[in-house]
Order: sequence, then structure tokens, then C-alpha cells
Amino acid sequence: MAEKLKVATCSLAGCFGCHMSLLDIDERLVDLLEVVAFDRSPIDDLKQISGPVDLGLIEGGVCNAENVHVLQEFRRLCKVLVAVGECGITGGIPSMRNGFTLKECLEESYIRGVGVEFAHIPDDPELPLLLDKVRPLHHIVKIDYFLPGCPPSADAFWHFLTARMAGQDPTLPNALIHFD
Amino acid sequence: MTNAFHLDGLEVPFQEGQTILQAALAAGRYIPHLCWHPDLGPHGSCRLCTVVISGRPFSSCTQPAMKGQAVACRTPELNGMRKAIMQMLFVEGNHHCPSCEKSGNCRLQATAYDLGMQDSHFPHQFPKRERDMSHPDVFLDRDRCIRCERCVRASRIYDGKDVFGVHGRGMHSTLAVNSPSGLLADSQIAPEDRSIQACPTGALMAKRVGFVVPIGERVYDREPISVLELRKYAAEEVHHG
Repeated sequence: MAEKLKVATCSLAGCFGCHMSLLDIDERLVDLLEVVAFDRSPIDDLKQISGPVDLGLIEGGVCNAENVHVLQEFRRLCKVLVAVGECGITGGIPSMRNGFTLKECLEESYIRGVGVEFAHIPDDPELPLLLDKVRPLHHIVKIDYFLPGCPPSADAFWHFLTARMAGQDPTLPNALIHFD
Repeated sequence: MTNAFHLDGLEVPFQEGQTILQAALAAGRYIPHLCWHPDLGPHGSCRLCTVVISGRPFSSCTQPAMKGQAVACRTPELNGMRKAIMQMLFVEGNHHCPSCEKSGNCRLQATAYDLGMQDSHFPHQFPKRERDMSHPDVFLDRDRCIRCERCVRASRIYDGKDVFGVHGRGMHSTLAVNSPSGLLADSQIAPEDRSIQACPTGALMAKRVGFVVPIGERVYDREPISVLELRKYAAEEVHHG
């Protein structure tokens, strides 16, 4: 049997909706697992990439220092890196905070927010530092492919993965390109 | 003898006074466009309809068709440049399709699909722009405005109100509202105005109708804009004789 394609996935400043859509390929998952082995991924709950992998799928944009670290590690270890979904490609919904200062955002949530008790801005040293703006993945590292959609449809995932595994151009047909 | 030019090697007949874009659409040949509207005349600002004639680029919405012209349109180079124009339009505004009421009915988005745009390529600018929610029935979200001036023209020509104008230059240009306060609430705009229908993005919209048709069942969810435009144009041609 040919060696399986190693795939790692993660969600940065995303909602895991793209991962849900990947699972929406339904029974095709069985076919996929014949040829793919998941490394770090919320699907198998592995927290670290074990080593170099063939394909990395990243959902979500970059909103804090930990996101930057994980993204750079994925770039280092993934032969091919894919930005998945609107947040990864454009910053998406989280980037709607970019029109405000970080101070305004934090105060709105933790000081002036409805029902806030013991108002203070969280400052535990374990919390990753927030960036001034939420950024798409291609602002930080080189991205090889982009799968647009909020989320990309299960068919878009399937098209990309099967084309990629067959060594073909994984560009989406226009009918599978959606930004919503 | 009929007047005709060649578009990507195929003959396109034209009537005296028609632009290349008008003649091409009438002949069932799609050229991507955004700022042009059949009822509003040419504007020549978005450059999406750019074609090459004798080695020189022209906007086909302003260039008169002439006998014997050899016009290149759907070449890999021009399609690549069109995609780059679209990507620049997306990164210089704040186009959050997943949370936009216009998604699926949006010409900007549909044209991006049609050009195979899967990424934004350029760095996003995340500009800070003013929103105008002052009017009870209409809103203006400048984050989504591409300054094509379709609303400016429609308001002047069809609504007879002259509600809009563009002030400032280059990336600092913004859509201005012609009212004493500069707000929509003090302008003459009404939700049924042609200026609102003319907007190719979600910048100018009537309130409380954004989600009447669910996402996934909207105009460009069902059919690509290139197919839809040609059918619409053919129907209008028959209507006008």
C-alpha cells in the first residue's frame, strides 16, 4: 500500500466552521482515510505536529502571538500550506475589530460590557498577547493555496483534496467559489 | 455591407455609435464590467472591461466600435489583470462577504467568482470609513463602496435628485451625500430609488429587506453573472426590437 498523505489542520482566529464543513464530506471521509493520515488536528485532538507533513490546512486569521507562532510552525513543517475559509484568506469576521483600537475592544468586552462583574481586562501571563489588528494568513507567511467560503463547501474540500492527491491542479471550478 | 470587428478572433457585428462593450453584449459575448450599466452610460473608471486593440489597452465601455478592429479580450494576460483589479478592490475596502446582506446578489462578488478569484493576494488595508445609518429606510456602508459612481449617475439621471457625489482623490476619495448635514436622513433619498438598485455592492441598501431571500438562493448563487447578464441583455434587445 502506498504511504498515506500526512495532513495537519488547525483553527487560529476561526470558529471551527471550516472543520465542520470538512467533516460534511460525510461517507467520503471513509475513502479519504484510506489515503490520508491526520497529524495534528482538532479531528484527532493531537496538539502538536509530530514532524514534517505533506499538507497543512489552516482555518482562521491571526489575532494573537500564539496564532503567529502556530502559523510559522505549520509553514516550517508543511510542504504545502492552504488558507481555508474567509477568515484565513481575508481576516474575516474577527477582522471587523480592526476599525477599533485594541483598547476600545477590550474595554467594550471587559469593562463596559453588559452584565460585567469585577470589571478588569484579563492579564494572566498564560494568555497570548493580542495583535493590534486581525490579519489574514498571507500577511505573515507564504500560502500555497486558498479555499474560499464561509465555510468552503464540503464539495470544495473534496475537490481540492482529490485533485491534490491525484497530482492535478486543485484550482476550484467557478461554481465552487463562494465567499459566504 | 455590415459593420463588424473581431473579438478574440470571432466576428462581432455593430451599429454605428455602439461601443465595443455594447456590441459584444448584443452579440452574446460577455466582457466583465462593474461601473458600466446599460441605462447609465459609460464611466470608464473600473477598468475591468479593458481590451487590447493594436497593442494598446482601452476600456471597451468607452471605446467606439470600428470596422475591422482586432480586439483582444479574454486573453490570459487580460484575465489576470482583471483578477488583480478585483483583488485590489477587495483589499482597499472592508468587504466582509459572510456578514453582508448583499452576498449572493452582489455584482462585485459575482464578478470575482467569474474571474476565478480565490484569494486577495495583496495586503488588506483595513481602512476606517464612515457608515451612515441616519435614514430610517436606507443605509450607506462606505466600507463596501468602490466609487463606481453608478448611484451618482442613477440619482441624477433617473431619480432627478442628485443625492450623491464623490469627493477627495485616489484612495482618499469617498462617497458624499448631498444634504445640509451630509447625512442620508436629510437628503431626498427614498428606498425605491434607482440609485440604490444601481449599487453593484452592499454599500447602498434599503433597510429591513437584506435577508428576505436566504443566502444560497440568491441571484448569483444560482447562475454565474456572465451567463445571467447575457440572457438579460438578449431579452432587452428583443424587447427594444
